[in-house]
Amino acid sequence: MNKLLNWVDDRFPLMSMWNDHMGKYYAPKNFNFWYFFGSLALLVLVIQIVSGIFLTMHYKPDGALAFASVEYIMRDVPYGWLIRYMHSTGASAFFIVVYLHMFRGLMYGSYKQPRELIWLFGMLIYLALMAEAFMGYLLPWGQMSFWGAQVIISLFGAIPWVGDALTLWIRGDYVISDATLNRFFALHVIALPFVLVGLIVAHLLALHEVGSNNPDGVEIKKNKDENGIPKDGIPFHPYYSVKDIVGVIVFLMFFVAVMFFAPEMGGYFIEHANFVPADPLKTPEHIAPVWYFTPFYAILRAVPDKLMGVIAMFGSIAVLFVLPWIDRCKVKSIRYRATIFKVNLAAFVVSFLVLGYLGMLPTTPGRTLVAQIGSIVYFGFFVVLWYTSKNEKTKPVPERVTK
Amino acid sequence: MRKLITALLLAVAPSLVFAAGGGIQLDHANIDVSNKEAIQRGAKTFVNYCLSCHSAAYMRYNRLGADAGMTDQQLKDNLIFTRNKKGEQTKVGELMKNAMTEDYAKEAFGTKVPDLTVIARSRGTDWLYTYLRTFYVDAGRPSGHNNKAFPDVGMPNVLWEMQGVQQAEIRVDDKGSRHVESLSIIKPGTHSVAEFDQVVNDLVTYLAYMGEPMQLERQSIGFWTLGFLLIFFVVAYMLKKEYWKDVH
Amino acid sequence: MTTDTVDTSKRRTLTLATSAVAAVGAGFVAVPFVASWAPSERAKTAGAPVEVDISKLDEGRLLTVEWRGKPVWIVKRSNKTLEDLKTLDDSLRDAASDKEQQPDYAKNASRSRKPEILVLVGICTHLGCSPTFRPDLAAADLGADWKGGFFCPCHGSKFDMAGRVYSGVPAPTNLEVPPHYYLSDNVILVGEDGSAA
Repeated sequence: MNKLLNWVDDRFPLMSMWNDHMGKYYAPKNFNFWYFFGSLALLVLVIQIVSGIFLTMHYKPDGALAFASVEYIMRDVPYGWLIRYMHSTGASAFFIVVYLHMFRGLMYGSYKQPRELIWLFGMLIYLALMAEAFMGYLLPWGQMSFWGAQVIISLFGAIPWVGDALTLWIRGDYVISDATLNRFFALHVIALPFVLVGLIVAHLLALHEVGSNNPDGVEIKKNKDENGIPKDGIPFHPYYSVKDIVGVIVFLMFFVAVMFFAPEMGGYFIEHANFVPADPLKTPEHIAPVWYFTPFYAILRAVPDKLMGVIAMFGSIAVLFVLPWIDRCKVKSIRYRATIFKVNLAAFVVSFLVLGYLGMLPTTPGRTLVAQIGSIVYFGFFVVLWYTSKNEKTKPVPERVTK
Repeated sequence: MRKLITALLLAVAPSLVFAAGGGIQLDHANIDVSNKEAIQRGAKTFVNYCLSCHSAAYMRYNRLGADAGMTDQQLKDNLIFTRNKKGEQTKVGELMKNAMTEDYAKEAFGTKVPDLTVIARSRGTDWLYTYLRTFYVDAGRPSGHNNKAFPDVGMPNVLWEMQGVQQAEIRVDDKGSRHVESLSIIKPGTHSVAEFDQVVNDLVTYLAYMGEPMQLERQSIGFWTLGFLLIFFVVAYMLKKEYWKDVH
Repeated sequence: MTTDTVDTSKRRTLTLATSAVAAVGAGFVAVPFVASWAPSERAKTAGAPVEVDISKLDEGRLLTVEWRGKPVWIVKRSNKTLEDLKTLDDSLRDAASDKEQQPDYAKNASRSRKPEILVLVGICTHLGCSPTFRPDLAAADLGADWKGGFFCPCHGSKFDMAGRVYSGVPAPTNLEVPPHYYLSDNVILVGEDGSAA
């Protein structure tokens, strides 16, 4: 065995890769609950890729056959239903995990110097993931697939001058059609997964270059022992590998519970209207995107102007990219930051949740008002952060991580 | 301030209940997809009354047989009434299709006739249960019938012989829209109200089963998987504790 | 760190236990994915048993039906043909049908349920061509002692009127007898052994 390892190692940097990323990657010893979601996101990625590959073996990306082929998978393919529910549950699970992972970053200042690039790669992953999910949602070719795509693609029509030509080009037809389905399929199963995996590799390489942040926001590399090992660091393997296995199992319990007992999740993970085949002549009574897009959808609807609404919606995501430069406070962790930051972040989270909830409902004047207030709070977070972070009254940050 | 908060809460509160029902109160269907007799009875109603116009083009007869405990011969004798072009009886492994063409349906009912395989998943069982029981006479409609849950529906009231004929008390509100206040039977059918409700409940049970035939299997696999994960958790947690002795 | 008090054997045991449970789990996870490659209900329906009515089949004639996408031959043999079969044993590779190319009920001299009715999968056991039916005795191209049978044009394999392979040809085994049984005197169901098998 050792001989074989040596033989490989002479020809491939196996040991050094293992050491760089696992065996001698020193992570702070004070990771808490919030630090599970990075590895969980990786797990969900694997689940999605494997289940997705097996779905493509039975799915037909053809406007006339797609809906039937999904029911074929659900009924005629042995265990096809299990693989399909795994994939549909995985889509929502991916966003739950990623949202919690991003919230962790906000709380502990993981986007700050020297980790700006990790954050940027992460944001790109989030964008690619949204595109991946959006295109994947067209494939079952149900009413929500069709009309959801119709609405989102129409957003590009708001762009001045080129809007109409652009939407026509994206669809490849005058309506969402077989042509659209076919190209979305190609992007969903080949192009975007490549992009996602590439970005994730970059995200991890950048992380392992600068080292992980932690709930105290202390740089452990500043305190090293005589061997050059951070005093507050422990090797990722075995300590965090065994810990993450426990996290994975607990996560899988939730995942499996949804997959086997509530795969539709009350219409939030698989929408009811998507059990009706796509019909270009009949809009469902109420169109709502899947839950993970609804906060942005609510912002879009809150603005009473098409172009401005689209700008607000894309702006709400774009502003996150520059977060490392909006937050000018030197202290990373929420533990040592001023009350104003805590309140501001809490308001941001509440506005995100309220917007998400509103985005699922049909509009009424009252709800539109709430969505407008929510949107103001959402953007307000960044404005308040910019003004208060420069001279924030922070608490002293300890030299070493705390227990 | 308090008024504003109340107004905001009210705006958010009336939640998703409305989204699916189209505003009317739905009657509650009592669905138990593990009740094989109910599924068998419902399937019989389905092939006799629904399958002549609607299809269930993703459902196989022998899947129903396997899940509801019917042999191939029982399926052939009681449920399979369709034939292929050569005049032979449809095979037990075939899909529940029917002979009606899309063009004919458009002419007869003014609309496409939806496939019913997954109708319970898109409409919900309560809606179906309400819909099938709330047809009423309306001379203004081509079919002579209207429906409380599905206003101006194209489908004729195929179950009327069992249910009888219902009349509606209509209230027109100040905006001019019509509301069905109550329904009463003006000409009794072959079934009592309770018997008919049972027939529809069985039919909807069948539709719920057909929407997801694997639902019982999926739950039982779910229990086993959770049990396995529990064992896995215990072992992995002990391993984690053992290693983390070094750190604490 | 207090590495000196580490109980290495406990760690090893727990690591092994966790790995073992994980391996079992991986096995379970693999099941649905592996199973999904098995024939679907659609394929099973398309490959369902086929009913064949042989009431109009004349002696010496061959009827081809399709079962699971393969040709299945049904041949009504004359008594003379059945008699001839007995004379061929020495020139055949597996005259007694020892290799499992037939259900047990067809492991007999005529390789059939009813002696005169032969049911065969019409696929050469060499490389999958479909042989031609050559009932003509002493055919010019097959030799004076040809008693009728099947000849594969692809690589020249020869089979007798029971689908048994001649020795000295490329095909290694006799032609396959598919599972079948009689629903009634004149109706065969190809694809199932039947309860009385």
